[in-house]
Amino acid sequence: MRFIDEYRDARVAQLYARALERITTKSWTIMEVCGGQTHSIVKFGIDELLPPGVTLVHGPGCPVCVTPLELVEKAIEIASIPNVIFCSFGDMLRVPGRSKDLLAVKAAGGDVRIVYSPLDALKLAVENPQREVVFFAVGFETTAPANAMAVFQASVQNVRNFSLLTSHVLVPPALKAILALPDTRVQGFLAAGHVCSVMGYKEYEPIARKHRVPIVVTGFEPLDILQGIYMCIQQLEKGLAVVENQYSRSVRREGNLPAQQIIREVFCIVPRKWRGVGEIPQSGLGLQQKYAVFDAETRFGIAHLTADEPSECISGSILQGIRKPHECPAFGTRCAPEHPLGATMVSSEGACAAYYQYRKRKI
Amino acid sequence: MEFEPKTGAEFVCPIPIEQYPAVVMAHGGGGKLTNQLLEKIFLPAFGNAMLDARHDGAHVQLPRDRDRLAFTTDSYVVHPLFFPGGDIGTLAVYGTVNDLAMCGARPLFLSAGFIIEEGLPIDTLCRIVQSMALAAKQAGVQLVTGDTKVVDRGKGDGIFINTAGIGVVESARMISPAGVRPGDSILLSGDIGRHGIAIMAVREELEFESTIASDCAPLSGMVLDLFAAGIDVHCLRDLTRGGLASALVEIADTAHLHFEIDETVIPVLEEVRAACEILGFDPLYVANEGRFIGFIPPGEAERALQRMRSHPLGRRACIIGTVAGDTPGLVTMRSSIGATRIVDMLSGEQLPRIC
Repeated sequence: MRFIDEYRDARVAQLYARALERITTKSWTIMEVCGGQTHSIVKFGIDELLPPGVTLVHGPGCPVCVTPLELVEKAIEIASIPNVIFCSFGDMLRVPGRSKDLLAVKAAGGDVRIVYSPLDALKLAVENPQREVVFFAVGFETTAPANAMAVFQASVQNVRNFSLLTSHVLVPPALKAILALPDTRVQGFLAAGHVCSVMGYKEYEPIARKHRVPIVVTGFEPLDILQGIYMCIQQLEKGLAVVENQYSRSVRREGNLPAQQIIREVFCIVPRKWRGVGEIPQSGLGLQQKYAVFDAETRFGIAHLTADEPSECISGSILQGIRKPHECPAFGTRCAPEHPLGATMVSSEGACAAYYQYRKRKI
Repeated sequence: MEFEPKTGAEFVCPIPIEQYPAVVMAHGGGGKLTNQLLEKIFLPAFGNAMLDARHDGAHVQLPRDRDRLAFTTDSYVVHPLFFPGGDIGTLAVYGTVNDLAMCGARPLFLSAGFIIEEGLPIDTLCRIVQSMALAAKQAGVQLVTGDTKVVDRGKGDGIFINTAGIGVVESARMISPAGVRPGDSILLSGDIGRHGIAIMAVREELEFESTIASDCAPLSGMVLDLFAAGIDVHCLRDLTRGGLASALVEIADTAHLHFEIDETVIPVLEEVRAACEILGFDPLYVANEGRFIGFIPPGEAERALQRMRSHPLGRRACIIGTVAGDTPGLVTMRSSIGATRIVDMLSGEQLPRIC
């Protein structure tokens, strides 16, 4: 298939593997930020091609995984209300709350639906004026423009029975939080290509400068990732710390300006809780005051709900690259996709799920 | 097109619509309306001496020189009822026919049980029954006994169909996972993932540039060809809900063997690959309704492959891997970039990803 097969060429992959071997003289630890990259790495076995000195640790870029338990509980609460049509991306349905997940709400009679776009949820609201349609707006900067557009359209069309349960998070504050950890191992980042398609990479430049870390904006196919690692190691070996763009077929430095504009129109920057990490200031998006009427938390009176994370799940450490999934004592035993302790075991971008699906016999 | 499935889409309903445009509870009551369904819809479609006898069950005659029977049953609950490449009727016939074929049997007779939700348009029922009749003809089986029940509106999803089937075993050996041996070649009969994506596209109203049609088809012809050629087939398995991956893992688990497959040789239609890329699905786990894998001794694999490829349904057949002895119950795959990974069963359905 065009635009896919070119980036999965085994011969070129081997060339990169040899080139990496040639340029790597010390031990380096690089974090791939996005869960999509983690899955590519584990699925295609990219880490097996790396020289022994290069270690990859997995980052926080799995929107499902970083959504705090509290918000999952809020989602379950709203979805259980009889008149509500609760719309979500498929991935969120299996994330465990305190006692059940959204699939269990559906099984008990709740109207929980998988949609592919927030605009589909808006359409449902227009078609079902007697019902309340709520969209679970999860994600990083990648999904923010479409979610913003749904709210904007709802406002323009005066669709009053539509609302958003917002759980939007931002990448740069998470990177800063990871770099501020006393025991961080991360020496370089592969930044998430799709996030940067929207936001560009100007905001990463001060981080690279201040913390002396190379940041390479990287795609998701095996050769993208190998090239991203190569560029990052090259910088590390030369003592450089700048932002480079491997994913130039999709990302420009300034990003997608109309997309940023709609985000700014609808959302403002707020503090957010991250699963297993806690609250990070200025790390998420919430609705602007003029769109507050579309806030599901206020509409359904659940803003006060809180929930503590299960103590046994170490997903916070996993999402910050401090530990790897198989280093968790519960991995594959008390925690598995059928009975997960945390979201990293169920999301299709979760590091624990990737290790479980592709690696569990080797560990 | 290698195989053109026939469905009842063009069929005209023999019961005048103005009389009963939709199924009512009385159609399942055993009285006049039940008989009308039987006489106007089921008997004309499936007509054969055994069904026409209208007894409580069917007396069937088996070939004299065959003393081993295969017997299977399956229930069909697909939504939507109609999709590109087939409908619930074609699935209900081919699914059971294929299960018999995977037992090394020549499918002969089917039963059909219909659980119909009150309100199903009679016209829809006619189309489905007609599809079943055409599928049965295509697969060379006779539908010899059946049952109809009607449930209250809201208690069914239009129509559920159960079929059971009997076939006579044509393979010399007992086909089962226990027959798999280290060194066997693993053959796949065609490209994977069409059915799952076809259903997904209709169910979720996803619009792709070209229509992806289900692969649903009867596999008995191709399997019987292998036996006719004297190939010592060790094991067969049709690929269904869990896709190629689940079929391989199940057999590796039961047979306590290690299978090694090669990702680069597994055929996937360009459109199916593209749809999977967009949705975040792995074609290895996407449903099929007309594909199977066969475990064949290495010395006979090439001949089996040629035989499969000469069948209209097996043009894209290929050898995808081999059976190794070590590490029981494991399936590994060489990835497209030359590394190795484990292929495991999924815990639940594949769900579309966020971004």
